[in-house]
Amino acid sequence: MLSRYFVDRNAKYLVLACASTSFIILAAIAIFTLREALPAFQQVGFTHLIFGTTWRPTMGGFGILPMIVGSIAVTLGAMILAIPLGLGCAVLLAEVAPHRVRQLLRPAVEILVGIPSVVYGLVGILLIVPLIRQIGGSGFSVAAGALVLTAMVLPTIISISEDSIRAVPRRYKEGALALGANHWQTIWHVLIPAARSGITAGIILGMGRAIGEAMAMIMVTGNAVQIPTSPLDPTRTLAGGIAVEINYASGLHQNALFAIGVVLFILILAINSIAMVFMRRGRQAQDVC
Amino acid sequence: MKIGEGWKWLMLPMVAALLVATFLLVGCSSNITGTINENGSTTVQPLAEVLAGNFTANHPEVRIVIQGGGTAVGITSVNDGTVDIGAASRELTSADPPLVKSLLARDGIAIIVPPSNPITNLTKDQVIAIFAGNITNWSQVGGPNKGIDVVAREEGSGTRTAFQDLVMGKALIRADAILQSSNGALKTAVSSDPQAVGFLSLGYLDSSVKALAMNGVPATEANAKNGTYPVVRPLYFLTKAQPTGIVKDFIDFCTGPDGQKIVAEQGYITAK
Repeated sequence: MLSRYFVDRNAKYLVLACASTSFIILAAIAIFTLREALPAFQQVGFTHLIFGTTWRPTMGGFGILPMIVGSIAVTLGAMILAIPLGLGCAVLLAEVAPHRVRQLLRPAVEILVGIPSVVYGLVGILLIVPLIRQIGGSGFSVAAGALVLTAMVLPTIISISEDSIRAVPRRYKEGALALGANHWQTIWHVLIPAARSGITAGIILGMGRAIGEAMAMIMVTGNAVQIPTSPLDPTRTLAGGIAVEINYASGLHQNALFAIGVVLFILILAINSIAMVFMRRGRQAQDVC
Repeated sequence: MKIGEGWKWLMLPMVAALLVATFLLVGCSSNITGTINENGSTTVQPLAEVLAGNFTANHPEVRIVIQGGGTAVGITSVNDGTVDIGAASRELTSADPPLVKSLLARDGIAIIVPPSNPITNLTKDQVIAIFAGNITNWSQVGGPNKGIDVVAREEGSGTRTAFQDLVMGKALIRADAILQSSNGALKTAVSSDPQAVGFLSLGYLDSSVKALAMNGVPATEANAKNGTYPVVRPLYFLTKAQPTGIVKDFIDFCTGPDGQKIVAEQGYITAK
């Protein structure tokens, strides 16, 4: 009896300890990254670091603006391609495709999530880089990065969008059809608007994955630290910049790489918070209905 | 029975802790019986692996762990005592901590283009102009009318630092150069782009790329060894103090006749 009481009293502390692990890890990452980055912020200065355009860390140039622009450029490029593609695929899976097609397509999309990013990078080098070289430049470019990222974020966008389209109450669709709308009008004017918050959340989560991707970006963007002026120019992303140089960095150079980490951390935190707001709003909207 | 159920929860972490402790103890004891840890330059890494394999074949009681990381990592780790030996692929400067250098080998740096490029020779000034971005078309150096894609290594790489010191001097490598983060990745990038030019450790040369002569001197091992090919850098094993014990044995093996034979076989230039 005593033992059962003991377990009952203490089990919650055990699960609490398990649950706090993830929080502790998050806090440890934040604190450690900040502490390592601090010397860079102090010695280089926040403005110079964020808005400087020269990155020559072994010669005192610590501007990461080109990498910020690079990250945003490949991510935006990927989003422009992935949003229509992903949404189209989600509509097909949720509304149009017969059961058998869906049974084939869904696992394919899910497998895409599990492919390691280095494999995406390899395919990028073998296929996309030479293809872009035909158009102009060396092939290692913003465009190559954006195309590889498109493939990587599609599954996220597709599966979350599909789920939220499916979660739209059935009576919405029935109501629209009863009013004389055809299938396409129902999808475009009723289902997608009703699933808007979920779709937005999927897009933003995909964006988070895109901006944090390092390996595939190192392999296909060319890693040149410059603000790209055309999609065919090489560029370097924030995450790629850390991964390329951390092996060789020491002293202030290393601190500067951690400062890039802090910038990336804040960016991803912001992106995920926005996604969470949208997801919650979506859930509330459906609760009300 | 009830008591037994309660204990099940506690057993799991206890067993885990016991396992971890066992591993830690085993890890510690193997250090005492002869493990040498080495890390640093990725140029030295393949050579060091072969040397370590040969050394441990005759000394099975010794375990040698070879890691990469780069010259900067090698210098930092050996200085703070993380490893016994650090590897460097460039000359040490006054900015580096004072360490004991053992010259392991020397390595040339070749200017490489894909085999399809008809160019076979460049002057040093042309190389500087190409990498600095003052020459941007192959026709300016006698080649086809095509743009030049400069491929380089990332900041902090020993090969880049050596190339900067030995070839570029005060001139800077153009900021929009494509950067690759290892010798292997750079070779792949150059071999697949008909317009590319890059620089590579002689030890990594193979038929997928073509090494250019500089000032008329072909980039070969023989020319690097006799001093006619100008771009040659030292490869060092670094220790915190004069090496002792098994670390001394290993370094002596590497710099001695048997080790130097392996150095030559691997395509590097012997220390002497």
